[in-house]
Amino acid sequence: MVPVLELRGITKRFPGVLANDHINLTVEKGEIHALLGENGAGKTTLMNILYGLYHPDEGEIYVNGNKMAVRSPIDAIKAGVGMVHQHFMLVPVFTVTENVMLGEEFVKFGGILDRTRAAEKVMQISDTYNLDIDPNTYIKDMPVGLQQRVEIIKLLFREANILIMDEPTAVLTPQEVQELFKIMRTLIDQGKSIIFITHKLVEVMECADRITVIRGGKVVGSTTPKEATLNELATMMVGRDVKLNVEKTKKKPGDVVLEVDNLKVLDPRGAIAVDGISFNVREGEVLGVAGVQGNGQTELVRSLSGLLPSIDGEVRLLGHDITHSSPRQIIEHGSAHIPEDRQRDGLVLSFPVSDNLVLNTYYLQPFSRSIWLSQQEILKNGEGLVKNFDIRTPSVFTPASSLSGGNQQKVIVAREFSRPIKLLIASQPTRGLDVGSIEYIHKRMLQKRDEGCAVLLVSTELDEVMQLSDRIAVLYRGKLMDIVDAKSATKEMLGLLMAGIIPGEDVKSAQVPQKNKILIT
Amino acid sequence: MSPEKPEQIKKSGIAIFWDEFSRSNLTVIILAILTGIILGGVLVAATTTEVYAAFKVSLWGGLKLAFTTAWNTYVALFTGSVGNPEKIRLAFESGDPLMIRRAINPFFESLVQTTPYIFAGLAVALGFRVGLFNIGAEGQIFIGAITGVWAGYAIHGLPPIIHIPVALLFGALGGAIWGFVPGFLKAKTGAHEVITTIMMNYIAFRLSDWLLKGPMGDPTEYTPKTPWILESAQLPKLFDLPIRFHIGFFVALLMAVLVYLLLFKTTWGLELRMVGSNPNAARYAGIKITMSTVIAMVLSGALAGLAGANEVLGVNHRLIPAFSSGYGFDSIALALLGKSHPFGVILSALLFGFLRNGARSMQLTVGVPIDIVSILQAMILAFIAAPAIIRTIYRLREPKHAEDIVSLQSWKG
Repeated sequence: MVPVLELRGITKRFPGVLANDHINLTVEKGEIHALLGENGAGKTTLMNILYGLYHPDEGEIYVNGNKMAVRSPIDAIKAGVGMVHQHFMLVPVFTVTENVMLGEEFVKFGGILDRTRAAEKVMQISDTYNLDIDPNTYIKDMPVGLQQRVEIIKLLFREANILIMDEPTAVLTPQEVQELFKIMRTLIDQGKSIIFITHKLVEVMECADRITVIRGGKVVGSTTPKEATLNELATMMVGRDVKLNVEKTKKKPGDVVLEVDNLKVLDPRGAIAVDGISFNVREGEVLGVAGVQGNGQTELVRSLSGLLPSIDGEVRLLGHDITHSSPRQIIEHGSAHIPEDRQRDGLVLSFPVSDNLVLNTYYLQPFSRSIWLSQQEILKNGEGLVKNFDIRTPSVFTPASSLSGGNQQKVIVAREFSRPIKLLIASQPTRGLDVGSIEYIHKRMLQKRDEGCAVLLVSTELDEVMQLSDRIAVLYRGKLMDIVDAKSATKEMLGLLMAGIIPGEDVKSAQVPQKNKILIT
Repeated sequence: MSPEKPEQIKKSGIAIFWDEFSRSNLTVIILAILTGIILGGVLVAATTTEVYAAFKVSLWGGLKLAFTTAWNTYVALFTGSVGNPEKIRLAFESGDPLMIRRAINPFFESLVQTTPYIFAGLAVALGFRVGLFNIGAEGQIFIGAITGVWAGYAIHGLPPIIHIPVALLFGALGGAIWGFVPGFLKAKTGAHEVITTIMMNYIAFRLSDWLLKGPMGDPTEYTPKTPWILESAQLPKLFDLPIRFHIGFFVALLMAVLVYLLLFKTTWGLELRMVGSNPNAARYAGIKITMSTVIAMVLSGALAGLAGANEVLGVNHRLIPAFSSGYGFDSIALALLGKSHPFGVILSALLFGFLRNGARSMQLTVGVPIDIVSILQAMILAFIAAPAIIRTIYRLREPKHAEDIVSLQSWKG
């Protein structure tokens, strides 16, 4: 049988890097083909080529055995290729139907939108694939898991046969992931083919029919979940043996460092984002905050760093009331931050590495003498930290923008860890990093914990939270569902908490809006 | 990142030079100026009726006349702004001091024109560095001129050594107040500085009109003018007439050095630049953005105020209506051209000053309208603002910086 999609010898060069190096990929009809690789391995580049967003320097694309020239997404859609992007492309104030027919509007009387007919088609698709979507709901009222299904409907509406899904599980709770896998199965049963892009090994083992591993822009191997083990896949993906588990020493927590009492914070639009939460973090312990993205984590961290005022409650750091302190006062009390968006909040990309390494200490001795900056000391400090934290940069004069994500993050870690700190607030510390950098940053964070630092780790990667934390707090819609001991916590239990359900309680009595229930059952 | 090293290709010295040369920003600026001049020449030729007449006779003749027309225009521009080399040689041979001064006057007159450009350019550049669009330099110049001229004629009994700095300081203070208002409004209410500075401009223009007609007007004059400033407040001239060159130029250079030191060598400068480059990270690092905004607008206004004070204390010696003729607006473009660097500002101020001065004699000697220089400036700026045009015309490489951006954004594997 002719494969539904075949990529032959796809090569793409960006200045200075070979993003795709003669990649061959064959997708058969009716299979889930996982494309596994680290961040920066070239997966997204390859898919962007297939989707017509980039043009390959070499290589050919065959759809159903016919050679295709994909010059733009329009060509790709015509060929039956559709893509669900990592970040959804939906208009929040439009209904499902309006979003779906955007760009392919049904009209009547030569110009008036025919919503009814479009809604019927959406309904029909939803029924065929068990998607359970109401065509007339507004996107802004839907949970993320359902929004993702709307993206899938968009593709099916355009009669796509090959669906590319770029890291589709990143925004979902474990239960929603299971739902998604079920939907993917249904799609396959109906004769569609799926390319599933991910860097999560467990998910690949669970749902893929075939696995192609990409590393450094090259295909390093192809296998099936039956033939491969987790460790083998990890080694293929990273290129060396990887410790999948972080080794953590036992440690008895000391005095309380950070105390949060009934904290309430509004988001910039004025809605309650953090709804009266209380917890504390002690010396030498990691408190992990788990939760699906957008449940108040960002506002919690911004409030604790003094960037967002709280409307109620109290925060104490080492006994000092810092509820209304400025960011600088909080920093000077010994609090360190790894912000969730490193390029936005953590670095000045146009500044050299050396300046970025003193971004919050430049005004202190020895970097400044009265009003003058001591360039010499700043450079010396930079050289030292670059060596100490293994930051890969041509020199300390290089602008931070030229560094890879992992090295940018190391700059922030180096800056924050090089001053005396009592509390570390790490928000998504490893988002978008390669396995090597993740290992490194985890190791450094645990080292700080062992030195007696209190660590507040906020992450949407449940695995990360479970590996590093001593205790785990779960945030759901701004409320703290529970704080559990990391040793006794299971993924299922945390998953339920992340969906707003207290395990063991009757599902009906939990505070869950009607829409969410389907995700859980 | 990929473990693959970029392919290493051995290159000759020339290739490496071309690589570096074609990636440099300076190359773009030089080529932008050059391209502007060439297109300006085409425009001059295209607007001359004689050229069309010559083309009717023969193609060759038309091209020749077109070229000579453009050439003569630029010769006039050069002699008007730098001086006529032949005249200078003759003057020095004759040894007559007046003749020498007359011959070298165009050059020094260009520097006189350059001086307010430096002040105002620094004002706008400082704002840019902190992420602020100070469109209000023109208004700040007016206010600086008003306060400067007042200190010049109203304060009596000071020796020049004190009176001059005091008058300049008054000018700076006036501009600073005019800059403070938009800065304060932005910090407190979030009002965008582009809007507020433009509005402040109108207030400044009308305020100066009213002051000249009323409280500050010279009652002995029929037209609105202030009294002459005292001799003790005049910026000393370095030569006798007709050369108007005064020490204001050196004050401007000094200010450029001070701004450079402030921005790049002090902790305040680092804070200001951090706010300008990434306000989010600056906030995270504990910097008060509102404070930096106000300080930057005050300093920016003070520099623009100095431009106004410099003009009344050094050149006009009194304030007349509409005296600035757009220095403040030109300086926005000028700061961009100088890449918002104090020393870049000096260079582009020189370019603007020389063009402006040369344009006048161009109009007198070859009858090309003064507006052609505005068009020239506009074209140069357009090319600098859109470097892609220049890079495409001359097939230059992408700058290294852009390359980094490409690899950053496209590498979310």
